[in-house]
Amino acid sequence: MKILTVCGSGLGTSFMVEMNIQQLLNEMGVSGVEVNHSDLGSATPEDADVFFLAKDIAEGGASLGNVVILDNIIDLEELRTKLTGVLQEKNLL
Amino acid sequence: MNQVLNVLINVLSEPSVLVAIIALVGLLAQKKNLSDTLKGTTKTFVGFLVITAGAGILQQALAPFGEMFKAAFNVNGVVPNNEAIVAIALSKYGSSTALIMFFGMIVNLLIARFTRFKYIFLTGHITLYMSCMIAIILSVSGFTSYSLILFGALTVGIFMTLSPALVQPFIRKLTGNDNVALGHSGAVGFAVGGLVGMAVKGKKEIVSTEKINFPKGLGFLRDSTVSIALTMAIFYVIVALFAGPGYVEGKLSDGKNYILFAVLQAGMFSAGVFVILAGVRLVLAEIVPAFKGISSKIVPNSKPALDVPIIYTYAPNAVLIGFFSSFLGGIVSMLILVLSGGIIILPGVVPHFFTGAAAGVFGNAMGGVRGAILVSFVNGLLISFMPILLIPVLGDLGLSNATFSDSDFGIVGLFLSGLAHFGGKTTIMVGIGLVLLIMILASVRKQESHAVPYKKVEK
Repeated sequence: MKILTVCGSGLGTSFMVEMNIQQLLNEMGVSGVEVNHSDLGSATPEDADVFFLAKDIAEGGASLGNVVILDNIIDLEELRTKLTGVLQEKNLL
Repeated sequence: MNQVLNVLINVLSEPSVLVAIIALVGLLAQKKNLSDTLKGTTKTFVGFLVITAGAGILQQALAPFGEMFKAAFNVNGVVPNNEAIVAIALSKYGSSTALIMFFGMIVNLLIARFTRFKYIFLTGHITLYMSCMIAIILSVSGFTSYSLILFGALTVGIFMTLSPALVQPFIRKLTGNDNVALGHSGAVGFAVGGLVGMAVKGKKEIVSTEKINFPKGLGFLRDSTVSIALTMAIFYVIVALFAGPGYVEGKLSDGKNYILFAVLQAGMFSAGVFVILAGVRLVLAEIVPAFKGISSKIVPNSKPALDVPIIYTYAPNAVLIGFFSSFLGGIVSMLILVLSGGIIILPGVVPHFFTGAAAGVFGNAMGGVRGAILVSFVNGLLISFMPILLIPVLGDLGLSNATFSDSDFGIVGLFLSGLAHFGGKTTIMVGIGLVLLIMILASVRKQESHAVPYKKVEK
């Protein structure tokens, strides 16, 4: 499975969320998930199976398809809950 | 032997190789396997070359803009855009930037480990841009080789810990927690804005920006490729209109229609920034996680300082209000500059967006809608006038039609150049030393005040 994290310029926030997802995947012992980060402009629906982005760019990223919206991007527990949901849906957990 | 040394120096003074080596060190320190190490090192190496290529595209667009601007208004027009100025500067200051950044991160770790400033600055692109500006200013002030790297690294390290510390009181108020900090070059603007917001709070009831209905459908502005291309197209076309078809088609566009030429160049500018961002992403892809991993081992109780959008989700309406209000501040500043003559700073959409939006969120937390509008307007003025003061201290690069944008670049730049003004290298060294000393003393006093009640308990 491929996960793409997205933010406005694809430099800081999306990178941070990517590192947090990597960390959570390691903690959960899930392998075979590829995580990358990108800016809103270059991300296309084909780039990944699931997209993680923050609430403030939800409108701009709606066209990406399978989108997970984070209400608070510094909240690791929210990320854990939503990531677990995605992994269960894909039968990886 | 001498020949080997020469080759070695040659290799090490190639910035693309240097950043690759830095990434390699980070990957080895994390004990990554061979394929990850090889992949990461190569991507970092290529990433730097991508930035250089982006700089080329950007300059193709920026040069005719500068000429048109000069022909139209007879003054210099400067676009504040960090990516633009950094990419251009890296061709000359690449190696010193890379080394200052590497050792600056180590200074950050040391300060966070041994003082009360527990911030680890994880916004890698800001570290890169700040290292680049410091490399330029210190070089212009006469620093070379070891002293350039040493004092550059100290300055970057101090910035990486002090900047988050400055905004932390407002972050605490906004987020209600003290575990995360803000790592961005707009800190001074946010802190000034926070104070303004508190001052204007008044006794009236505060109306939050999130309580008002704000038009939807502006979300596309968050896409920087689109917003840069659109705003630059407006600027390019206006300047082309003033420069006139005769000048543009005769001197610059080789006969191509002048409006079409202006629009194409604006697109080219956005394309350049797009390529540079892709390069920056590649360069940082290995360095930042390595820094994060190492910091969590060396500084166990550290506070990660993260990029500015972490606060946007607290007030998405304030984000857009802040952007527009800051941009308005930029336009007002531009008009003031037009009337006063001299260099004109154009309102750059990227800095006004990122720092204006944050100022809006802070302003809203302090004083509702009124706070959001006012604080981001002040931010807009601040980031328009500061770049002007910065231009003379950047040496030849001050004339490149692009400059650093956010408020902290202005403060750090003026601090260094102000010191240089009063005595050159020596005062800069003393100044940097003093700041570091104050930070250490502040930590010693803090620890003592902790120690006193502890002793009393023991008795």
